[in-house]
Amino acid sequence: MSVKLFVPCDTTALSLGADRIAAALQREADSRGATVEIVRNGSRGLFWLEPLVEVETAAGRLAYGPVELEDVAALADSGLFEGAQSHPLALGLTEEIPYLSRQQRLTFSRIGITDPLSLADYRAHSGFAGLEKALKLSPQAIVDEVKASGLRGRGGAAFPTGIKWQTVLAEPEGRKYIVCNADEGDSGTFADRLVMECDPYMLIEGMTIAGLAVGASQGYVYLRSEYPVAHRMFKEALKRAYEAGYLGADVAGSGRRFDLEVRLAAGAYICGEETSLLDSLEGKRGMVRPKPPLPAIEGLFGRPTVVNNVLSLAAVPFILDQGGAAYADYGMGRSRGTLALQMAGNIKRGGLIELAFGITLRELMEDFGGGTFTGRPLRAVQVGGPLGAYLPESQWDSPMDYEAFAAFGGVVGHGGVVMFDDTVDMGEQARFAMEFCAVESCGKCTPCRIGSVRGVEVIDRIRAGDNREANLELLTELCETMVDGSLCAMGGMAPFPVQSVMKHFPEDLQA
Amino acid sequence: MGVPMSVPKTSAQNITSISPAIRAGFEDWTPALVKQEIDALKDKPGAMLPILHAIQDRFGYIPEATVPIIAEAMRQTRAEVHGIISFYHHFRTHPVGAHVIHICRAEACQSMGSRQLESHIKSRLGADYHQTSRDNEFTVEPVYCLGNCACAPSIRIGDDIHGRMSPDKFDRLADRLTTSTLELK
Ligand SMILES: Cc1cc2nc3c(=O)[nH]c(=O)nc-3n(C[C@H](O)[C@H](O)[C@H](O)COP(=O)(O)O)c2cc1C
Ligand code: SF4
Ligand code: FES
Repeated sequence: MSVKLFVPCDTTALSLGADRIAAALQREADSRGATVEIVRNGSRGLFWLEPLVEVETAAGRLAYGPVELEDVAALADSGLFEGAQSHPLALGLTEEIPYLSRQQRLTFSRIGITDPLSLADYRAHSGFAGLEKALKLSPQAIVDEVKASGLRGRGGAAFPTGIKWQTVLAEPEGRKYIVCNADEGDSGTFADRLVMECDPYMLIEGMTIAGLAVGASQGYVYLRSEYPVAHRMFKEALKRAYEAGYLGADVAGSGRRFDLEVRLAAGAYICGEETSLLDSLEGKRGMVRPKPPLPAIEGLFGRPTVVNNVLSLAAVPFILDQGGAAYADYGMGRSRGTLALQMAGNIKRGGLIELAFGITLRELMEDFGGGTFTGRPLRAVQVGGPLGAYLPESQWDSPMDYEAFAAFGGVVGHGGVVMFDDTVDMGEQARFAMEFCAVESCGKCTPCRIGSVRGVEVIDRIRAGDNREANLELLTELCETMVDGSLCAMGGMAPFPVQSVMKHFPEDLQA
Repeated sequence: MGVPMSVPKTSAQNITSISPAIRAGFEDWTPALVKQEIDALKDKPGAMLPILHAIQDRFGYIPEATVPIIAEAMRQTRAEVHGIISFYHHFRTHPVGAHVIHICRAEACQSMGSRQLESHIKSRLGADYHQTSRDNEFTVEPVYCLGNCACAPSIRIGDDIHGRMSPDKFDRLADRLTTSTLELK
C-alpha cells in the first residue's frame, strides 16, 4: 500500500529547501522499496518548523520538522514511512501541535491540509459552499450577510466591508469591478501570500461572491511582483477554475458571468494604497488620487469599484457558508471575527496565527513566539508594517483590537508583528522609516516627498551629536508637518515609527 | 522622479555583446520581438504594465531603444513611457548579469542581521545596488520584503527565494551558481 507524504510548496518552505527534501524522500523510499505518494501541500504557517514533512496514518497526520537534507536518510531509517515517532524531529500529530491547536482558523482552515491546486480537495473541505449559497441570494441579501459579520477591511484602514459593498451595489447597473489588493507591502506580513499560494480557490470564491453582490462581472488581483511563487500558483488556479466552470460566462452553471485576471505590480510600496493601485492597474504611474471621489463610486477606469484586501475577500466564503453571525461571534468590541497575525523578525517560532481579536501582544510574542530567535531580551516590536510605531515593553499588554491600539497611537494594520532583540539600534530604525518614505513616496505632495528626505538628514545630524537639542525640535516639527499635511497615509504615518523612537527609545538618538 | 535614464548605473554596460548563454535565459532583443510582445497584450485594458513586464521578462531589462516602439503602439509620448518605467522600482533600463539578486532591506530582515548580509554580498560581488559584478554573473538590487519574514533574512535570486540567509550560506550559493553557469557554456 502506498503511503501519503506531504511536503509543503509555499515560498517559505521552498526558501528552506522543500523541493530538495521532497526529492530526497522519494529517493529514500525508492531505495527501500516503499511506495509513497508525495503531495505538495500548502504550508500550515508554522514557519519555524519548515520544511514540515507529514505522513498520513490511521490516527491522523504526523509531523516532522524542521527537516534538513541531511536528516532525510536518518528519518527514513527511524521509520518515517510507517509514521514512527522515534526521531528527534518527530512532532506527533500535526493538529495537536499547541501553536496550531490553540488557533481559531476560520479563514485559514484549509491551509497546509490540502493540495492548493486540487479542486477536489477544495470541495472536500467546504470549498464553494459559500458561493452556492450566494448564488441563491439576492445581491442585497449577500451584502447584508457581510454587514452582519462585522467584517472590517484587513488591508489596514479597517473600513467596514459591507458598507463599501453597499455603496457599489447602490450605483446604477453597468460596468463595475472587483479589485483585490494583493500588494502586501508591509514588512512582516505574509498572510495574503499564504492565501494565494496555499488556498487560491478561496480568494477566487470570495471575489466571485463580491461580484455577485455588487453586480460586477470583472475582477482583477493586483499582486506584488516580489511574490513569484504566488503568481505561479494563482495563475494555475485561475486556469483550472476556468476549466471547471467556476469562472467565465456561466459561474457554476448559474448563467452569471465573472472573469478574473491577475496583474503583476512592479515594486512600488505606494501602489498598495488603493487609488494609486487603480492608477497602476490602468497602466499609469501609481499616483495617489484625492478622495472624493471614492473608488466605490469612481474607481477603475472611472467605474464603481470594490477594492478589498486579500484577507477581507478570503473571509467572505466562510461568512456566506456559515452566516455573518457565526463570524461575528468571534472578536471584541467593534473588531469582529478573526485576525491573521503574522509573527516575524527576530522570533523563535515565527508564523501565521489566526485568532479572534483580543489576544495581547505579549501572549503572542512569548507564549506562541517563544521569545527572540537569538535568545536575547526582546526590546522593541513594530506592529502594522513600516508605518507602524515601535512599541516598548509598557505597551505589550494591550489587546490586539483596532480601537485599543489606536488609543495609544499603535497600528494593527495588516497584522504584521516584527520583533527586535536588544542589539537593535532604534536610531537606525527611525532613520530607515524616513528613508523608506523617501524611496517610496509617490511625489505628489511636498511634506511627504521633501519632508522624508529632510527627516533622514536631521536624524543623521542627531545621531552624529550635531546640535542635538535643536535638531530634535526640528524633527518633532517635521513629523507634525508630515502627519498634518500629507495627502495619504504614506506621508501621514511614516512619522509614527520616528515619533515612537523619540518618545520611548530616546537613548538611541544620541551620538 | 527616478534617475535620468542615460546615466550609466552598472559596471558592465555592454552586456548585450556577451553570449546569451551567460544571461540565464534572457534573449537578445530586436524590434520585431518587442513588437510581438506588445501586440500580444496591447488590447487588454490597462496594458502598459503587462507589456513592460513581458519585455523585461524576455530580455532581462527594458532597453532604452524600445521606448519609442512602446510609445507608438500605446499612443503615448516617449516622455510618458519613460515616466512610467522610472516610477516603478522593478523595471530597469540597464542590462543585467546572469543572475539578479534581490536583497531584502525591510524591517523583519533587519532584525535578523540583513544589514551585515547586505554589506557582505556587496563586497563579495564588488557591486553596489543596481550594479553588476565584473564577471557579469550577478546584478544586485534592493527589495522591500519578499513575504518570507518569519525566516529572515531573505534574498531572491531569479525567481527563487532563499530564507535564513547568512554570509557563509550566500558564499556557497554564489559558488554553486557560478559553476553552473560555466557548465552551460
Ligand atoms: C501607503 C499605503 C500602502 C497600503 N498598502 C496596502 C497593501 O499592500 N495591501 C492592502 O490590502 N491595503 C493596503 N493599503 C490600504 C488600501 O489603501 C485600502 O485601504 C485597502 O486595500 C482596502 O481594502 P480593505 O478594506 O479590504 O482593507 C495601503 C494604504 C496605504 C496608505
Ligand atoms: S503622502 Fe506621499 S505617497 Fe501619499 S500622496 Fe502625498 S506624496 Fe504621495
Ligand atoms: S522583511 Fe524581508 S522578507 Fe519580509
